[in-house]
Amino acid sequence: MIHTRRTFLKQFSGTAGLILMGSRAQADVSNGQDHSKSFGVLVDTTLCVGCRSCEQACNEVNTDLPRKPLAHFKALSILDEKRRMDYSTYTVVNRYYDIQEAEQKPVFAKFQCMHCLRPACKSACIVGAFSSEATGAVQYDSWKCIGCRYCMAACPFQVPAYEYRNAFTPKVRKCTFCQPRISAGELPACVQACPMEVMTFGPREELLREARAKLAAFPERYVQHIYGENEVGGTSWLYLASVPFEQIGLPKLGYHPTPGYTEPIQHAIFKYFLPPLGLYSLLGGLMWFFNKRKNKTPDCKGIHAA
Amino acid sequence: MSAHDTAAPVDTPFFTRGVMLLCAVMVTGIGFGLYRMLFSLAAVTNLNDQYPLGLWIGIDVASGVALAAGGFTTGALVYIFNREQFHAIIRPALLTAMFGYTFVAIGLLFDLGRWYNVWHPVIPFMWQGNSVLFEVGICVVIYLNVLYIEFVPIVTERFIGRVNLPGFLARLNDPVDLALRFMDYFLGKIMFLFIIAGVVLSCLHQSSLGTLMVIAPYKMHPLYFSYLSPLFFLLSAMSVGFPMVIFESMLAARSFGRKPEMQVLTPLARYVPWLLGIYIALKIGDMLYRGTYVYLFENTLPVGMFWLEFGLLTVLPFFLFLSPDVRRSPGWLFTAALMYICGVILNRSTVFFIAYQPVYGENAYIPAVGEFALTIGLIAALMLVYRIFVTLFPVLPLKEAEHGGH
Repeated sequence: MIHTRRTFLKQFSGTAGLILMGSRAQADVSNGQDHSKSFGVLVDTTLCVGCRSCEQACNEVNTDLPRKPLAHFKALSILDEKRRMDYSTYTVVNRYYDIQEAEQKPVFAKFQCMHCLRPACKSACIVGAFSSEATGAVQYDSWKCIGCRYCMAACPFQVPAYEYRNAFTPKVRKCTFCQPRISAGELPACVQACPMEVMTFGPREELLREARAKLAAFPERYVQHIYGENEVGGTSWLYLASVPFEQIGLPKLGYHPTPGYTEPIQHAIFKYFLPPLGLYSLLGGLMWFFNKRKNKTPDCKGIHAA
Repeated sequence: MSAHDTAAPVDTPFFTRGVMLLCAVMVTGIGFGLYRMLFSLAAVTNLNDQYPLGLWIGIDVASGVALAAGGFTTGALVYIFNREQFHAIIRPALLTAMFGYTFVAIGLLFDLGRWYNVWHPVIPFMWQGNSVLFEVGICVVIYLNVLYIEFVPIVTERFIGRVNLPGFLARLNDPVDLALRFMDYFLGKIMFLFIIAGVVLSCLHQSSLGTLMVIAPYKMHPLYFSYLSPLFFLLSAMSVGFPMVIFESMLAARSFGRKPEMQVLTPLARYVPWLLGIYIALKIGDMLYRGTYVYLFENTLPVGMFWLEFGLLTVLPFFLFLSPDVRRSPGWLFTAALMYICGVILNRSTVFFIAYQPVYGENAYIPAVGEFALTIGLIAALMLVYRIFVTLFPVLPLKEAEHGGH
């Protein structure tokens, strides 16, 4: 069951609650392993015309972001600026050009948080301010946040932005996947607003089937790759494009989840606390040995004045 | 009477021209720090969404922790390996580690967006075992407490038999004195537990600082991305421990008009080439194994930094420390130590904001004046606090002239 803006409300709203309740109850997605039931969005960049309706809808729905005037979203010249998300925006659309074609056909790409299945931000966070929801959304809790910004350094897509100008309560800013809306059975605001049906919201597994079907049906139209299917362990947001993904601002990444680089090191060092205890014992043994040899008890009389 | 018995408060006048200068630098830094607290990070720093970690993380925090390694390396040398001849430096080393870590914590507060939440990592329901930073944070917090405990005997020694509380509190003189004596006695019996714990905790967080950027393999320059990064951080911290002790000891000697304690520092410097040699060998081995030497002649900033921090400020001091003549000469020893200290500072800075190359790095990060001012101001403050402490407490060895009289 695949949902674009028009078919979604009819078919989906009734069942969404049930699906979500069910998956929320059983799924411990803390390790991001069980994503068979999570949602995603398939972005077909070949359909995008760069109207920025998604940006506008995002700004309207996320009322805690700074309000931007309508004129801002109507200005299309900004598309060539190669913008990134910042403290005031969860999503941006940029215009790139297909360098292979003689007439330089424009290609538009929308960016937002990719909602990784194995999020680096979540693994990096010192206080667990990021969580993986059953919906597939990666959520941020500013109440826990200490503002160290390690999540920003860790993110392979470089998505989280920071409220550097906020002196007392700065937050990390990134797309929420419209978690409140999708939990309530609604579409993410950008998906709903898109007039070209660039984005398709639905269970990630079904989106992957749909994407493969498209690649097979229109081989001349697409690069034969679903960006996000396996990149850094898979992302909830998936992309199709007519040009190599690096050309439209999506970084070339391996398939190994980035927390998979650090977590094994961490867990090896702390396996049942044996390595630290082992080192402690070893040093204790050495201390005993060296002090015994010199016929002295190890009582650290140096700090402690005799 | 053993060597450590002869530590005593310094009796030189506190204020000198140098101290006045330090005060001015400190006040300027604190000014910028307060400005950041009141008017946000953007008001003082050049940090941006591409470069979230900057000078304050690279120097105040990461280099600060590395340079405070003198505490645990000297602790291990003197107490675990029982090298009594180095007793004279244990207190200065310990004091620097204690203040070093304290200032790391203070420096971190200026960098944290929500500094008032800094205590969150110690709350069990926010523990995050997958986070490298969590491990660093917890180990540093525990180690800081261990350092304070290790420092207690210096305080008790200063006040035992000399407790003289003002006014009506005077009646508490005897109980306080008794409490100090008890603490002194009790801590003396169990101090070795804390000494070992300090070494273990240091090994854990010094190495984990190196694991931090391993989570960003696509952003790190290949010369600075390795699974051995934690080991590199640990070994370079262990290597810089003694050079830092040497540097401080000679700086303090100069400042207090004493002779440098070459009889201790020269033998101490003997250990440096061993540690540094292992670090250099591993680093080069890793480079050969991963084939990253192909980047060595690339014309980019990270590669330039590599030649500077590794080639010039790590390998060269290694050869200097190797030479007995250098180790015996105060000037050369000081130079070699200072060179490697700069090498470590540049290494940590490179890892956190130079070899770190954001995916969309359109805005370059060049630290702002205010960032430099706070960093330098904190270093000045650290030196002032150190001076105050050695004036009040028995940390530094007695002057040689007085030594004979005891």
